[in-house]
Amino acid sequence: MWLRVYALVLRHLYLYRRSVTRIGDIFFWPVMNLLVWGFVTDYLQKMVLPKAVVFLIGGMIFWDLLYRSQQAITLSLSEEIWVRNIMNVFIAPVSILEIMVATCIVGVLKALTVMVVLGVLAYGLYAFNVLVMGWALVPFFSILLLFGWAVGMFTMGLALRFGHAAEALIWGIPFLIQPFSAVFYPIEVLPRWLQTVAYFMPSTYVFEGMRAVLQAGRLDLGTLAMAVWMNGLYLAGGAAFFGWMLHRVREKGLLSRLYLE
Amino acid sequence: MTGEAVIEVQGLTKRFGSVVAVADLSFSVRRGEIFGLLGPNGAGKTTTIQLLLGLTTPTAGTIRVFGLDLQKHRRAILQRVNLAATYVSLPTNLTVWENLNVFARLYGIRKPRAKIEELLELFDMTPLARRVTGTLSSGQITRLNLCKALLNDPEVLFLDEPTASLDPEVAARVRDILRQIQRTRGITMVFTSHNMREVEALCDRILFLARGRAVAQGTPEEVRARFRTQSLEEAFIVLARDERLYDVAEVGGAD
Repeated sequence: MWLRVYALVLRHLYLYRRSVTRIGDIFFWPVMNLLVWGFVTDYLQKMVLPKAVVFLIGGMIFWDLLYRSQQAITLSLSEEIWVRNIMNVFIAPVSILEIMVATCIVGVLKALTVMVVLGVLAYGLYAFNVLVMGWALVPFFSILLLFGWAVGMFTMGLALRFGHAAEALIWGIPFLIQPFSAVFYPIEVLPRWLQTVAYFMPSTYVFEGMRAVLQAGRLDLGTLAMAVWMNGLYLAGGAAFFGWMLHRVREKGLLSRLYLE
Repeated sequence: MTGEAVIEVQGLTKRFGSVVAVADLSFSVRRGEIFGLLGPNGAGKTTTIQLLLGLTTPTAGTIRVFGLDLQKHRRAILQRVNLAATYVSLPTNLTVWENLNVFARLYGIRKPRAKIEELLELFDMTPLARRVTGTLSSGQITRLNLCKALLNDPEVLFLDEPTASLDPEVAARVRDILRQIQRTRGITMVFTSHNMREVEALCDRILFLARGRAVAQGTPEEVRARFRTQSLEEAFIVLARDERLYDVAEVGGAD
């Protein structure tokens, strides 16, 4: 019996021996959870409770918007790999730009749907009206959507290059951003050095902006402009990374073998 | 076959690190012929097809399709070619019709209904149009892949082991359909298979590959004569077992 048990254990350990992503996955979620909820608890201890609920629900809705935007982009391509359709797509006379635009449209549709559904549920269940943010919703929505696309292009590049082996990264990378985006707590809660990291995330300006609008009804356009500028850089970087990964895949002849990776 | 060359390959080489998958390959495929790429596993057949479709970047050499450089005119060429292969599937969670509709539009067919109906009819798939692809048998999936591969009326059709994993009866039907398509539409086919009888029955000319190199080229009769065998299957076995033959010159001349 133990020989067979050993064989089955070995079968799983073999997967981890050569896969940094799988090893990373063991530590990733617990660490991210500890970071996010540790900072949230720290924040809640210092603030007046009624606002906390509003901020948390608002943060949750906007976070999901960013997450869905990234996932929609990445999963559209990953699904083609999983069902072994990727070669059919790449031998059709379709440009990379067309593939990108199509996945971004899917991203917008999913993000809008999520936003509407969560907005309605939050109003019905918690009397939280997302529309109270007024026209500020437009830049918030746009910045998170674009940042989701930028991250999505990066994870899509990883999915294309590493196939199944990159699945953990596809799901996990957005949560690498979460603790540093001040989603559920203000940026001042973070240690000084992490605040510097946070200011490099366009999403940070949205979550900070959301709290400012909900608390004081004011919006700092200067910080939002910074987020838009950063998004431009990240989108260019994401597209360049995806292009580089595609180039590597073509060099290595991986398109027909991605589902095996 | 005396048609113009639709595919011209010169000095094609592909290295993956220290492994040479395709080595200095030169050949041409004429319009309207069925051209077989043969060889043992790992000979470089699939890599060659991927190079011909621009899915893999060559290390050296040139590929011209319809007189156009593949590197520079890949999209224009892809509009006029297609592929069906055993290792490629259509999304299993879409219906037969949905899959064909998506790919028809990818190939720029604005009103695809008539085209899809024609192909479903050709492959006896009409009753299966509303079936989810994942519920089809392997023979039906092969026919669906061929439907997809003919959506754009390709001038060149790449078929990478299209009858692998099919039972003999279904494989024979697929061969009949391929022969009929080639006769009626004049499509050029580049074909790989491990079934040597199938190759003998279908192909006008063949290129034998071993370790990425061309070891024999010509009509099936010429290749049989070259190896002094009664069938291509015997020639295949001789070739696979005797590495010294890997250095021989081609028999049919490099077109």
